[in-house]
Amino acid sequence: MAKEINIAIMGNPNSGKTTIFNNLTGAHQKVGNWPGVTVEKKEGITTFNGYRIRVVDLPGTYSLSAYSMEEIIARNYLVDEKPDVVVDVIDASNLERNLYLATQLIDLGVKLVFALNMVDVSEARGQIIDHKRLSLIMGVPFVPTVGTKGEGTRELLETIVRVAEDRESVARHTHIDYGRELEEEIEKLQALIRPDGSFADEHLARWMGIKLLEGDEAVVKQIERSPHRDTIFDQLDRSRSHLKRMLGEDAETLVADRRYGFIHGALRETFRKTRRDRYYLSDRVDMVLTNRLLGFPIFVFFIWAMFQLTFKVGRYPTELIDRGVQLLGQSIGSLMGQGLLRDLVVDGVIAGVGGVVVFLPSIFILFFCIALFEDTGYMARAAFIMDKIMHSLGLHGKSFIPMIMGFGCNVPAIMATRVLESRRDRILTILINPLISCSARLPVYMLIAGALFGAYAGNVIFSIYALGIVLAIVMGQIFKRTLFRGEIAPFVLELPPYRMPTLKGTLIHMWERGSIFLKKMGGVILAGSILVWALSSFPRTVDYSRDYAGEESRIRQDYGKRKSALIRMGETRRAGLLEEEMNRRIAEIEALRREEFQEKSFLGRLGKGIAPVLRPLGFDWKEGVALVTGFVAKEIVVSTFGVLYGIGEGRGEESEGLRKAIRKEMTPLIGYGFMVFVLIYTPCLATVAAIRRETGSWRWTGFSVGYSLTLAWVLALTIYQVGSLLGLG
Amino acid sequence: MNSRRLSELKTGEKGVIERLTGAGPFRRRLMEMGFVPGAEIRVEKFAPLMDPIEYTLKGYHVSLRHEEAEKVVVREPASTGGA
Repeated sequence: MAKEINIAIMGNPNSGKTTIFNNLTGAHQKVGNWPGVTVEKKEGITTFNGYRIRVVDLPGTYSLSAYSMEEIIARNYLVDEKPDVVVDVIDASNLERNLYLATQLIDLGVKLVFALNMVDVSEARGQIIDHKRLSLIMGVPFVPTVGTKGEGTRELLETIVRVAEDRESVARHTHIDYGRELEEEIEKLQALIRPDGSFADEHLARWMGIKLLEGDEAVVKQIERSPHRDTIFDQLDRSRSHLKRMLGEDAETLVADRRYGFIHGALRETFRKTRRDRYYLSDRVDMVLTNRLLGFPIFVFFIWAMFQLTFKVGRYPTELIDRGVQLLGQSIGSLMGQGLLRDLVVDGVIAGVGGVVVFLPSIFILFFCIALFEDTGYMARAAFIMDKIMHSLGLHGKSFIPMIMGFGCNVPAIMATRVLESRRDRILTILINPLISCSARLPVYMLIAGALFGAYAGNVIFSIYALGIVLAIVMGQIFKRTLFRGEIAPFVLELPPYRMPTLKGTLIHMWERGSIFLKKMGGVILAGSILVWALSSFPRTVDYSRDYAGEESRIRQDYGKRKSALIRMGETRRAGLLEEEMNRRIAEIEALRREEFQEKSFLGRLGKGIAPVLRPLGFDWKEGVALVTGFVAKEIVVSTFGVLYGIGEGRGEESEGLRKAIRKEMTPLIGYGFMVFVLIYTPCLATVAAIRRETGSWRWTGFSVGYSLTLAWVLALTIYQVGSLLGLG
Repeated sequence: MNSRRLSELKTGEKGVIERLTGAGPFRRRLMEMGFVPGAEIRVEKFAPLMDPIEYTLKGYHVSLRHEEAEKVVVREPASTGGA
């Protein structure tokens, strides 16, 4: 039986944590979310020296203070799950700042291994780190690694095993020395905390004492449940004012200051620079990329290129898949006999899943681009450049990319919010993202505006897009002031050096995110597609008002006679024309039949059922049905109109017949209201699935659907009623 | 010896952090990121729209918004000779 070691990987953002994780676990990885939150959870397993090593990649954190969701997760994992060994990945080229987290881990008293990563970068900068001596001073083994080249992985595993078995010679429990004054106060607090059964651990009590001095809210809450809380808080107050009197600084500052003091002291003996700071290549690149004049145009170009790649280049594989799905549907359809099962498989399952699969190329291309931005370090610059604009919307600089992606498709856009660290920023960006008009809505605008506004169609469509942007800004401001009031959104953004990404790393990033889409959303969309299929296919038998079948056979007989007469006379050309005419008339009859069937199906009844709600907006039941089916995917609105107006399927927004029908049915005022409704109302099923997935909460999902429906209804109502009053109807 | 706000420094200027005003988790976050008394900080550049501002501190690059840099009090670094 293999013995098991549980390890957790920690480290600052940009420290190369993920490459170390990938090196350790290879292909055996699982990606999910931490329960209830949107932070990625990665796990992997590796075997080494007869051990089964389970690796959990904790989110990147600068510290163990309960400041962000990531830090809370990381800290709770350490305290609750008690991994056997914690591997802290430290960026050797940014040693001082990275060691801050290391001092906190030492305070916590967990078994530690430090992966001194990117030693190649540090060496190239002329920095010499005596990691052996540093190990002795800190009481934790340092293992030099170069994550991008896989160097040091074996040594890291060996050290992990040694530490887990308590065989590592340098590993010992050390204390960060906070200086006499602080140590005295820490001891007083520690002595009061320790008797409390649950904190019996000496190290944990000391850690909590330090955290109390730091004003850590989570530990304060924990102490509040203790029976000794009054004595502890009394002592805390006394300690704080004592320190302030003695040292002239508040306890918080003192703790941070002493930690950096300890780091400084340790580095004085072990760290040497062989040359003075100079401009590295990275800085020179940055002089161009964030240049005051060039920064913007370059950024816009990158976004443009990403957009083109995602949606223009992505269209080719998309079309291929689309055709493949159609072919599959046809071939399976012809294999199965006519009937309900065939309809279910072809129109429900294959069409439904196909509707998801066609997204894949775009999503993978997009995630490849985003992974590239992140892995090179450009994402932080994008945030730096755009923050001023996005901040005025209440968002973070990094929100820009998801927002702009929304013009292509809201699904990858919502998934792109993963670049945002703060949950508040993510939810806010997710909530307003569907207001950015995606490309699937364009066919609807083209149909309606093309039919009703003639030469002004372009301007009308532009105004819809602009309305979406304005609404996104307005709703962003409203949400910021209501739902997220008082929540801090500070901006301390590290600008990591530019790095050459590895293809493997970028592909792994892309795959991790893209496959989540495939796995998790397929189910929701499949279920939704089957539901809409069922609504539009049942009940199987309806009482038709006309005898469509009889009419069809009469036409066939009639034309058949005339045709054979023509053929007998040798007039094959006229016979051909006659056959075309016959087919046209049969198609008309069939379309009328389908229209009536749709009207009498459950979907039609649903459309009629919600018609009273839509009547004040000027819509009738056909628009109701189109809006219901449009929930699956908004481009379906057009094909639904096709069916309902008896134009037949397969005719798009360019169909003149459909435009004529729309002109008969809608006034420009109603049409405009309808377009606005389509812009705003409930994002499509795939988007809802993405929102559910990315917020990790049905409540936010429900809220998103609810508010957009309400907003759409109110705005369309206003347009119709005010317009009618002004006589624009 | 005269103290200034970090936000008042111009591109290329250096300062030594004296203290952080304000309170709460954000202040602690700044300290964790290395904004501790005595640390030397240099203004690298302003973003194209003048906000945020990029600094180097403890050998790495970090950016703050203007409103946040205002909370950091700096003094002039000890003269290293010359002008």
